[in-house]
Amino acid sequence: MTGQTPNTGTIAALRMTRLRTRLQLVLIMIGLLAAGIGLTLMTGPSMTTPIDLLRILVGHDVPGASFAVLELRLPRATMSILTGMSFGLGGVIFQTLLRNPLASPDIIGISAGASAAAVFAIVVLGWSGAAVSITAVAAGLTVALLIYLLAWRDGVSGARLILVGIGLSAMLDSMIAYVLLRAPAWKMQDALRWLTGSVNGATLEEALPVLLSLAAFGGLLLARRDKLEAMRLGDDTAAALGVPLASAKVLAVMSAVGLIAVATAVSGPVAFVAFLSGPIAKYIAGPGRSPLIRAALVGALLMLSGDFAGQHLLIGRYPVGVVTGALGAPYLIFLIIWSNRTERKL
Amino acid sequence: MTAIGSPGVTVAAFRRSRRGRVVWLLVVLLLLGCACVVSVSIGTRDVGWADILAAVRGKTDTMAQAVVAVRMPRTVLAVIAGAALGLAGAVMQGITRNPLADPGILGVNAGAAMAVVIGIAWFGMETLDAFLWTAILGAGLSACFVYAIGSLGRGGATPLKLALAGAATSVASASLTLAIILPRNDIAGGVRSWQIGGVGGASFDAILPCLPFLVVGLIFCLLSARSLNLLALGDDAAAGLGARVAWARGAAAIGAVLLCGATTAICGPIGFVGLVVPHICRLLVGVDYRWILPFSALTGGILLILADVLGRIVARPSEMDVGIVTAFVGAPVFIWIVRQRRVRDL
Repeated sequence: MTGQTPNTGTIAALRMTRLRTRLQLVLIMIGLLAAGIGLTLMTGPSMTTPIDLLRILVGHDVPGASFAVLELRLPRATMSILTGMSFGLGGVIFQTLLRNPLASPDIIGISAGASAAAVFAIVVLGWSGAAVSITAVAAGLTVALLIYLLAWRDGVSGARLILVGIGLSAMLDSMIAYVLLRAPAWKMQDALRWLTGSVNGATLEEALPVLLSLAAFGGLLLARRDKLEAMRLGDDTAAALGVPLASAKVLAVMSAVGLIAVATAVSGPVAFVAFLSGPIAKYIAGPGRSPLIRAALVGALLMLSGDFAGQHLLIGRYPVGVVTGALGAPYLIFLIIWSNRTERKL
Repeated sequence: MTAIGSPGVTVAAFRRSRRGRVVWLLVVLLLLGCACVVSVSIGTRDVGWADILAAVRGKTDTMAQAVVAVRMPRTVLAVIAGAALGLAGAVMQGITRNPLADPGILGVNAGAAMAVVIGIAWFGMETLDAFLWTAILGAGLSACFVYAIGSLGRGGATPLKLALAGAATSVASASLTLAIILPRNDIAGGVRSWQIGGVGGASFDAILPCLPFLVVGLIFCLLSARSLNLLALGDDAAAGLGARVAWARGAAAIGAVLLCGATTAICGPIGFVGLVVPHICRLLVGVDYRWILPFSALTGGILLILADVLGRIVARPSEMDVGIVTAFVGAPVFIWIVRQRRVRDL
């Protein structure tokens, strides 16, 4: 009996080390994010020195730099972070619920639905602002419901849900292509946004709905993350643990769709941010930990660094979606190698 | 005894009987002829019989005859491309024993398009011959890539995993294609023709060089009909019946890749023809690949012509690219096939 005392002590020590490692990782990510924001704010056709940057941020007026930092770079960085967090969080919810790392909202058609509605509202109807966001959310929810209904046949299975989503996604993509083809040529910048996603010309007003949706839907998801964790163990286990499955799922899906759709309405369907954030976050979080916050941070990092690379590091200037989209191919290759080595089920 | 008289058995027997198949062959050929006539006569300007006959004899005196002269190569290209894609789809469904296989869904066409764009942008390719070789190389590489990802983990290459791998690969290659085209205004056709497939602007000069590739692909595919029949029984049974499974798959895959690559080099990526057509053919002539393959080619031609005509009618006075139309027609069929399957088979 007494022999157990050192044992529990060891376990407690182990837990402390683990906690410390996890905290360290989260802190590192926040540090990287801060560094990314700093770099985005400083870099441009004319560089701003860190001292000037600080002076601008506390309210001084630095001639020749204030405008670039406050009107061009700050909205861009804000937008990247907010949409990145939305995509990351929304993506990991879908991957968790459908229990498949490839089943992210940008593959199964949720982003395509929101994007198609937004592009229709903007290009054909000439709308802007909140109306576009609301349309995108409504369309995202409609597509989610449609996928669910079409996949229903004596109950819904994850596999059928994903496949129906891929089919709908192809249809919605060609609808986007059609609307864009009919748009005047000068809307090419818009077209790029809706084909791959971009934060070019972002404004702080546009970022506001994303912030609100992140606070509302993201808060809701974080408050219920224990239930989501239980659902990762499988429906039966979750039910046995006392999770009201139907309502928990509906709430989680609706929040995730809301996050994805609002972000898509302003930045377009930024390729693969939702797809990549979840797996990376899960890897960082380790088994048995809820990856939600980390997924949001990873999403923000991906968006910020993708946009920075597209603007300043590569030859020529690319919208962020092109950069993150190109990351998808190496990730898939990595998945082959990793899965071969560990013989994990995909 | 009583079952013989039931309609189900009669229909199945009719499908298998030589007479039934010959009847369907005649019907399909007749439909193909009608579709061709419809294609040269309908469009932004409708033309009469006299003008069509005159234009076929090489006259371009009146406006109507000139219009027909433009529509003729377009129709021929639609027949050829549709036949190639239909045949490739049937072969892919046979190789992977997967009812959802299609050059578009599996990302093969997107890979071919990306390869051509890389060839133009980085290696300064200009000739159609070079395009063709590059497209075939790209189609082959992406086919291997998708099959490798799709067969990861337990259970091998299930329809779900193949479709997900294909969708993800398509998104990645579309992003890369866009990334390469964006800074280059000089690339032939620009973003549009390498993201959405179309048969507009066809000329006999452009069609001729790809014929040898298509013919070789056709021969490979048709010769593999017998081994596809054996593969349908499962790898073990096929090996037991004397088929060299790996060789049979490889030869058939080479044929399909040749067809997809050559088609994408002239038309750009067109999806869903290869998905829909084999399923229609199975309803008509049963499950024998020796009949399905030629039927898929003929039906594919009809489908693509009709899709092209539909694109001209719907969007008058402008046109809708045929790649958009096939996605709209094909995606519902995809969802229907998914719904027909039991969860276990996905």
